[in-house]
Amino acid sequence: MSSQEIPEENLPSKQVTEPEHGSVAVADENPFADPGLPPHQHRIQDIDERAAKRSERAIAFMFMLSMLATVGFIAAFVTIPADKSVFIWPIGHISGLNFALGMTLGLALFCIGAGAVHWARTLMSDVEVADERHPIEAEPEVRAKVMADFKAGAEESQFGRRKLIRNTMFGALALVPLSGVVLLRDLGPLPEDKLRHTKWAKGKKLVNMNTHEPLRPSDVQVGSLTFAMPEGMSEHDHDFQTQIAKAALMIVRIQPENIKDKRELEWSHEGVVAYSKICTHVGCPISLYEQQTHHVLCPCHQSTFDLSDGARVIFGPAGHALPQLRIGVNEEGYLEALGDFEEPVGPAFFERG
Amino acid sequence: MKKLSARRRHPLAAVVVLLLALAATGGLYAAFAPADKAQADDTAQSLAIDEGKKLYAVGCSSCHGTGGQGSSDGPSLVGVGAAAVDFQVGTGRMPLQQQGAQAPKKKVIYNQAQIDQLAAYISSLGAGPSVPTEKQYNPDGADIAKGGELFRTNCAQCHNFTGEGGALTHGKFAPSLEGVSPKHIYEAMQTGPQNMPSFPDTTMPEKEKKDIIAYLDAVNGEKTQSPGGLKLGGLGPVSEGLFGWIFGLGSLIAVAVWVAARTAKAKKS
Repeated sequence: MSSQEIPEENLPSKQVTEPEHGSVAVADENPFADPGLPPHQHRIQDIDERAAKRSERAIAFMFMLSMLATVGFIAAFVTIPADKSVFIWPIGHISGLNFALGMTLGLALFCIGAGAVHWARTLMSDVEVADERHPIEAEPEVRAKVMADFKAGAEESQFGRRKLIRNTMFGALALVPLSGVVLLRDLGPLPEDKLRHTKWAKGKKLVNMNTHEPLRPSDVQVGSLTFAMPEGMSEHDHDFQTQIAKAALMIVRIQPENIKDKRELEWSHEGVVAYSKICTHVGCPISLYEQQTHHVLCPCHQSTFDLSDGARVIFGPAGHALPQLRIGVNEEGYLEALGDFEEPVGPAFFERG
Repeated sequence: MKKLSARRRHPLAAVVVLLLALAATGGLYAAFAPADKAQADDTAQSLAIDEGKKLYAVGCSSCHGTGGQGSSDGPSLVGVGAAAVDFQVGTGRMPLQQQGAQAPKKKVIYNQAQIDQLAAYISSLGAGPSVPTEKQYNPDGADIAKGGELFRTNCAQCHNFTGEGGALTHGKFAPSLEGVSPKHIYEAMQTGPQNMPSFPDTTMPEKEKKDIIAYLDAVNGEKTQSPGGLKLGGLGPVSEGLFGWIFGLGSLIAVAVWVAARTAKAKKS
């Protein structure tokens, strides 16, 4: 309660003036005296030895049950085959071993806890004990001695007199943490321009991720969805995941008259368009393609891109459109890239520009 | 030859020549036309088309137009093929109950014979994928592991990694694949119903479709084991974490409150 809420006549300054009027006799004892602890109430176990015995037996029973459950756990582990399925209402068909292990271990742990709580509540002493607080400040003479000792020490070290030592020590102490900072550089190689380039390059064929065969424009039908990787990559490459994380491509076909963006039309081949599969928000793989609206949804944060309009962001937190790969057809009739992505794929980074 | 040449100026000569030319064209066409086109002349097939047309006029034409050309209420059905009809009508999605974000699966109201007739009529409007045969979609002996890889690459983004389904934009959703027959899964991949993209044989060959069906049967089929029980929709760590936090921690708090609320004293106050 703040002071504004106290009625004026009750303010301490007003109250002390009251006895002068002699109207109210103020009692000598402090009205805010510590009332002390309420009288201690006994539990039935404190009074009745038979009840205490019952409690003891109950606690021991729970500890024994825990022991049995542990034995049961070991027995279940040894005897129940891992692939045996049992029907348990209301869960349904589940692995018998999982169920037995979970139940016995749960029971073993629960009984230890329940026994301990019952023990503390019914048998361990519950007499209220007050521990008085006392000031943590040291005695004045102790403090004076510590200050005198410190001063004498500083004097003897000549810290104040020999400024060269003092200043070089400060310098040394200030520089030493730099080693720790420099070591942070070893957290990894600098990205250099890795974020700006992918495996796509001029003349690389678009290879179907399902069949691992290069794609022809006629393979890609309107309304279909195909994923491609650059020619020359294999799932067994040691850096496959690193590379596909940037190079992953989704290919759809849109009737050229339905493509609203001029550059998209120019970079497509007979309506076949190729976009990066990596969301420009935080880099989730996105391919929740709705073939009637040509919208692509990111499952992580619901960014939505319109593939018929330059993959423009139409909803959600993504900052820029999905990068488009410029494609054409080589002399053998296969779809090929006409270069790398023009802009970095995936999420923005500080130097992206 | 002389006789023939003598009558070449006969008033009926032009008619005879025309008839001969027509017969020759027809004969050559019958001989060289693709086999499936030739089947279209089969009487049973044309009967089915006629029956399908009648069913179509009653059940479908109000939205898709009297000739399947489409209207503002429904897309054109020219070229969607028999597989699309078999999927949409066979899973109860069509006929539509009401316009909305997406046609949901519901009770099938036509029998298989009627669906086949409708499919015959629609495929007569324009060439499209035909209904797959048992041999095409039966997953026996298919590669489940490969199917899993393909499913995660092509399908899991919308349908969840074990085909439990998921949400899309504006009330649309990718339905759960539990209990969907192999034929309908095959047809869906082939035709791309509603907003689902299609996965034609040119980019996903028949064998790969079979692998996907086998994978789905393994992870979300009738005989799929769930060793842990209570799979909470199979949606992954989010639903499991939420369940753990709310019900697991909640029950611990409830027990703690229950223990503390009951006094151990002899005199209850």
